[in-house]
Formats: sequence, structure tokens, C-alpha cells
Amino acid sequence: MLEYVYQATGLLLIAFSVQTYFDKEHKKRLGTTLFWLLYGLSFMLGKVIPDWLTGLMVLGLTLIAASGFMGHGNYKYPETHIRKRHADTFKNKLFIPAILVPIVTILWAKLTGTSALIGLGISAILALVLALIITKGSPKQSLNDGRRLIDSIGWAAILSQFLAALGYLFGEAGVGDTVSQIVKAIVIDGNLLMYVLCYTCGMALFTIIMGNAFAAFAVITTGIAVPLLIVEQGGNPVIIGVIGMLSGYCGTLMTPMAANFNIVPAALLELKNKNQVIQMQFLPGLLMLAINTSLIYFLAF
Amino acid sequence: MIDYYPLIGIVLITIGFAIRLNTLLVILIAGVVTGLIAGLNPIEILSILGASFTKNRYMSLFILILPMIGVLEYFGLRERAETLISSMKKASVSKITLSYLLLRQVTNAMGLNLGGHPTMIRPLIAPMAEAAAEKEDPSLSEENRFRIRAFAALSENFGNFFSQLIFIGSGGLLLIKGVLTDAGYPIELSNMYVWAIPTLIFSIIIFIIFAKIEDRRLMNQKQANSEGEK
Repeated sequence: MLEYVYQATGLLLIAFSVQTYFDKEHKKRLGTTLFWLLYGLSFMLGKVIPDWLTGLMVLGLTLIAASGFMGHGNYKYPETHIRKRHADTFKNKLFIPAILVPIVTILWAKLTGTSALIGLGISAILALVLALIITKGSPKQSLNDGRRLIDSIGWAAILSQFLAALGYLFGEAGVGDTVSQIVKAIVIDGNLLMYVLCYTCGMALFTIIMGNAFAAFAVITTGIAVPLLIVEQGGNPVIIGVIGMLSGYCGTLMTPMAANFNIVPAALLELKNKNQVIQMQFLPGLLMLAINTSLIYFLAF
Repeated sequence: MIDYYPLIGIVLITIGFAIRLNTLLVILIAGVVTGLIAGLNPIEILSILGASFTKNRYMSLFILILPMIGVLEYFGLRERAETLISSMKKASVSKITLSYLLLRQVTNAMGLNLGGHPTMIRPLIAPMAEAAAEKEDPSLSEENRFRIRAFAALSENFGNFFSQLIFIGSGGLLLIKGVLTDAGYPIELSNMYVWAIPTLIFSIIIFIIFAKIEDRRLMNQKQANSEGEK
């Protein structure tokens, strides 16, 4: 069943690719076409073709992205005043399809007992149909607007899958063992609070260095949380994982490496001090980190 | 004796990000080098990369909801959110930023990425907060204007980050699920999002405290200024 959802995602990506190809004024037409095509094929054929071939496709995706061959196209997105007029017509009805997605997904998981991922796939289609009924929009235009959004995400769309692969390779090389040995060398008597602190502060610190909580999560969770908090201390993996990621977000508040969140806004708002947003966020971020640490300590064990 | 060699991947990532190479390229290089250290040959590394990519396809399922969100935006979803924001009683810096924070969190929980620094903070929230402060104190100093703008940016980041994992199909939850499943702990999305709620509630409390501090600071300075004039 889940495989069908992947096939649908693959088809959607290939549709984006075809649309890009026929977007004649697109400045980076071929690179963007090829990227979404390869990515769509990896979704559809992943289970069928040998893994090294998928690996080769991933290599191709990286090269296209790293060489800057991707860009934005033309999406026939209406002018602001037209969108304003539409907004006044539909009012809050516009939010209904969006609310449908989490509700149907959760209901599906609770009622059928199968994976919420299948529910996500089904609710996405239901919500799209409902959105088209409410707005009387055309399916073709919805594809065009989907493409507008995926192009604005760009190569970052594949980042999670990429990081998962990195986490796996790190595991093979024993990165987790090394990191947990270092933590153990620092925390001598196996103190639980110290372990939790090492995890949450490790998440924040790595996020500050890398500018990306997702990248930190793969490394620090396999390095500290799994061996020390889950295996050794018997902590709840769901609670540790979720609040661990949120600890990483505290790091995002404190780093110039997360430029889109902290440096770009300073420029947009014409602040004299480019670090003012970070300075503003530092203390609240630190408090949230302390709160997340306590939450893991008190809830997960 | 601790074996430090496996950490070279982390060093490479740090250097790569520092010199601003493309993120995917940095991760690829770090992964390949780490794999080589683990004694894998290039074909094996390519296979692991491909297998892991296929196994974790679910992490990117958010793609499926993009056409729906795209249609809604085409028909004015963002503009509707702007109307909701600007129709509220323009009272103070804290009320404006708090209303925005709450709207951001509610829509994020539905999987809608409605806010953003270029789309909401710069054109709408920062000017509204600044105008509210100016109404209170017409001689608002430049330094305070900058502070208010930076605080508006903070409300966007705070609202965005701490509500993301409430949405059951969010990329963050999917990544957490993937990493822990790989480590031997299969967990379900429908049990995960609830554990993001405590942090969300605390983030609202912390935000309110800092927003009130900003209000009070502006008030005190206004008083200090008017006393100085006497």
C-alpha cells in the first residue's frame, strides 16, 4: 500500500519535471528538469533497480545541485491585487483543505492501525480535491503551483533522505561509538542528568556549527542518545527523539550559520547590526534549551 | 584508547559548511570519506547511499501536499492570513507579535508554511509593531526601532521552530522516525507529535515574558524622555 504512495509521489515529481521542460523561458530549464526527473525516477524505481544505480542517481542529483543548475521558472502566479480579491471571496474557507490533512492522517492511523504515512498520502489527495472544489481551480494549475513551491525548496527537498544515508555511513564507521566514548570519558559516574545535558547541548552546539538541526540530529542522536540514553538508561526513544530535535532548534536561534533565519532578516529589516536578531534570540533560546533538557529528564525516564 | 578517526566526517562537515560549499556536496564528501575509513569500497558506498535513499523515501512525502497548498496560495491563502493579522486591534508591540506567533503556530500545526521573514515580517509585522510603538511614543529612537524589528524577526523564528513538529507529516518528525528506526527503534508518527506539545506551550510562555519586557522597556524609556524634557 505504502509503495503506491511512493509511486504517486514519483509521478508528481515527473509531472513537475515535464512542466519545467515545457517552461520555455525558464533560465535553468534543463538542470531543473533533469533534477526532478531523476528524483521522481528514484521514487518510482527504488524498489526495482539495484541499489548502486539509485546511488548513482543520487550522485547525479548532488552534482546538478552543487553546480547551480537549478532555478525558478514561470508559474503564472497571479498579481497581488488579484490574489487579494480571491482571498476576499473565499475568506476562511481557504483553510479547510489544509486542516483536513492532519485530521485525516491521524484518523487513518488510529482507525486502520496501519502506517500514518499511507494516511498522509490519502489525505493529501482528498485535500487537493477539496481545494479544487472550493476554489474551482484547474488541476493543471495546481500542478503548476506545486512546482512553484517545490522549486522554492529546491535541492533541499532531498536533504532529509541524504542525511539519513549519512547517518547510516557514520554508523558503519563507528562515529556513534567514538562520540559516546568521549561523552563517557567526560561523564565519569554515568549521571543521567549529565547524559541528558550532553545530548541536548550537543544538539544545540552541532546545530550552531552546522547551521542545520537536521544534520546535527543524525550525528548526535546516533552518537549520544541511542547508546547512552536509550540503551544504557532505558529512556523512551519517541520523547528523546522529538525533544532532542527541538533542542537543536534552540541552536538554530543562536547561529549566523542559519543565515536564512537570522542574517537575511537583519538585512531585510535594514538593521545596522547584522547580528541583532541573534543577540535578541540568544537568551530566550538558552531558556528553551534548559526547558527541553528538563522535559527529557523528567518525561523520558 | 578512543579511536578518533571516525570523527573525520564531522570535521569535514564543519569545514565544508564554514567555507560555504553546497550542503549536499559537503554531506556527500563526508559520507564517502567516512565510508572509506570504515573499509567500504566505492561501489558498496554507492549501494548504501542508494539503499538508504530508497528506504527513507517517506521522509519526502510532504511533496504530495504541495499542489494543494499551491492552489490555496493561488487563491489568496497568504493574503487571507495577512487580513486576519492586520484586522486585529493594534495595541502594542507584544500584542501584535504574540498574535502573529499564535497564528504562525496554528497554521504550522496544519502543515502550512504561511509565515516567513520576506513574506510576513518585513512587509507586515515589523511595520505594524513599529507603528504601534510610535503611536505610544512619537519620539521613538532609532535604536528602539531596530529592537522592535529584531523582536518581530524573533517572533517569526520562535513561532516557526517550536510548532513545526506538531504537524504529523512534517519533515522533522519524518527524519526523527527514520534515524531512530535505523538505530533499531521503530516508532510511529501518530505517537510522536504529542511530545512536541510541552515545548510548544513553554515557548509561548517564554515568548510572552520577553514580549512584556520589551513593552515595559519602551514604556520606561518614554517616561525617562518626557521627564528629561521637563
